[in-house]
Amino acid sequence: MGNQSLHVLRGIDLGVESGELVSIMGASGSGKSTLLNIIGVLDHQDEGSYTLDGRQISMISETEAAEIRNRHIGFIFQSFNLLGFKNAAENVALPLYYQGVRRRKRNAIAVKYLEMVGLADRAEHVPSEMSGGERQRVAIARALIAEPSIILADEPTGALDSHTSSEVMQILKNLNDDGKTILIVTHEADIAAQTKRIIYMRDGRIVEDKADPAHVQP
Amino acid sequence: MFSLDQWQEILQAIQANKVRTFATAFGVFWGILMLILLLGAGQGLQNGVKQTMLLDAINSIWIIPARTSMAYQGMPAGREHPLIEEDIESVGENVAGIDLMSPENELAGEFDVKYRNRSTSFPVFGADSEYFGIKVSQKIINGRSINRLDDVQRRKVCIIGEQAAGIIFEEGVDPVGEYLQIKGVNFRVVGVFSFESSAMDQAQRIYIPFSTFQGIFNTDRDVTLFAVTTAEGRSGKQLEGDILKFLKQRQSVHPDDNGAYWVHNQEEQHRNVNNLFLAIKIFIWLVGLGTLTAGIVGVSNIMIIIVKERTREIGVRKALGAKPASVVGMILQESVFITTVAGYTGLVLGVLLLEGMNKALDVLGADLQFFNRPEIDLRVALAALAVLIVAGALAGFVPALKAARVKPAEALRNE
Repeated sequence: MGNQSLHVLRGIDLGVESGELVSIMGASGSGKSTLLNIIGVLDHQDEGSYTLDGRQISMISETEAAEIRNRHIGFIFQSFNLLGFKNAAENVALPLYYQGVRRRKRNAIAVKYLEMVGLADRAEHVPSEMSGGERQRVAIARALIAEPSIILADEPTGALDSHTSSEVMQILKNLNDDGKTILIVTHEADIAAQTKRIIYMRDGRIVEDKADPAHVQP
Repeated sequence: MFSLDQWQEILQAIQANKVRTFATAFGVFWGILMLILLLGAGQGLQNGVKQTMLLDAINSIWIIPARTSMAYQGMPAGREHPLIEEDIESVGENVAGIDLMSPENELAGEFDVKYRNRSTSFPVFGADSEYFGIKVSQKIINGRSINRLDDVQRRKVCIIGEQAAGIIFEEGVDPVGEYLQIKGVNFRVVGVFSFESSAMDQAQRIYIPFSTFQGIFNTDRDVTLFAVTTAEGRSGKQLEGDILKFLKQRQSVHPDDNGAYWVHNQEEQHRNVNNLFLAIKIFIWLVGLGTLTAGIVGVSNIMIIIVKERTREIGVRKALGAKPASVVGMILQESVFITTVAGYTGLVLGVLLLEGMNKALDVLGADLQFFNRPEIDLRVALAALAVLIVAGALAGFVPALKAARVKPAEALRNE
């Protein structure tokens, strides 16, 4: 890849409050994924500041970044990113492994979270034995298990058909109703329409930031 | 870092990639197996050659008079100058640095060795009791050796090689105490010896005390050859020179005549053989370590590929909170684990093969002239294992660093 740096974001001023359900929309190359990566502490900004849960995230070590990702952020990916050689429960339990929780305990907790997404009976199955929707629900359970302050979903329905998409979205909306902060990157308008705030991006800038009228409280 | 949990993670990763793991392990397995077999074979060669070439005490010197090659004091070249008993005694009295010393004569001419009504033919030698301290490859397996009193009292006793004993005596007869008739004279068998060498049929020999031999068969008092051992702390080369100098003067041989005596200095030969084996050992280690290095480089290569293949997995793990140290530990531990298990398997199989070879040689009674008892030093084997574990860590090091540098944002990008 080389070391050439690419200026993807050109000045972003964005604040997300606890409990929001936000979608980021934009064409590919608009910088929405990079923004999500910075929010997820997978990447770091060249300039400016980022504050998560009142903590300044800049000039931190890889080890600290890992710690923050582990405890404060739950990731959901378009391609699920489950480990193929682990069963559903083991996949869900992985964040707790990195917290040093013992195997028996974390697997038990994992089964509870699988129950929450309606997959308790699939705990012993490996990803290849599950449908796309089921896999994404496993991934959601994994994102939740460490009880993070924010859930970041990168095209969570991109690989799913419309029926399972709406199932997954329903789960995310329910989580938000329970108070979870959720950020969804998508290029599908109907997915974005289900969120309470939509941010449009183009060429590394936020071009529009509107609270969806349908969800605005009177 | 080495928790049970991490082991489970690694075993799971290994199980998920059986073929890949096997391919990785095989290089190391093969390397260590070859190293062990080579070392064992080298040791076998060494044992075999030592047995064949080093029949006598390491510090022994054997001297046989030959024809002179230089004219001296009016006498022409090509003169014979046989030793007589007085020469030997004189050497013993005048040359310093001798520990053991014995003459040796062989009974010449046609004769039978008779036992009751059986007639056989075996070479008969006369030698002093000290002779058997010089010819260390002869071991008494029944009865006793020829002793000082036999020498002094000129007893009519003999010791016989086990091959001769097997032919002369019927199964079940204890040779010790029986009488053999040599050239009409009866000798009581006092011992049977084995000859721990595959090279010559010296186990067919019959020895009688030198004094007896001279008194009965050789009244000329001449001596074919004699052997000495170097006293502790003395140089064999020096002693050889001293004896020759003394003998040349006594027998009027030109001081610079190098052909007048045939000398076999075991110390010299021992040094040569040892040098040869040092060279062979160095060679074996070079080849073996080369093979092993190839195996380890293979592990390193495959681990790099593994890291590449697992980039996404590593990215996921990092996104979920895996710290760099945990990722490095995972790859390193996997590498060390694979190398150690594979290496240990190769080690055990190599040792088993060597043992099997030993057993087979034993069972078949194979008497290979330059090969005997292939074996490996336990310490060498353990050292090899230690080298392996370190090598495994080294092999995993570069890939582990590569893994640590995986950027989760790039690894997780949707393809």
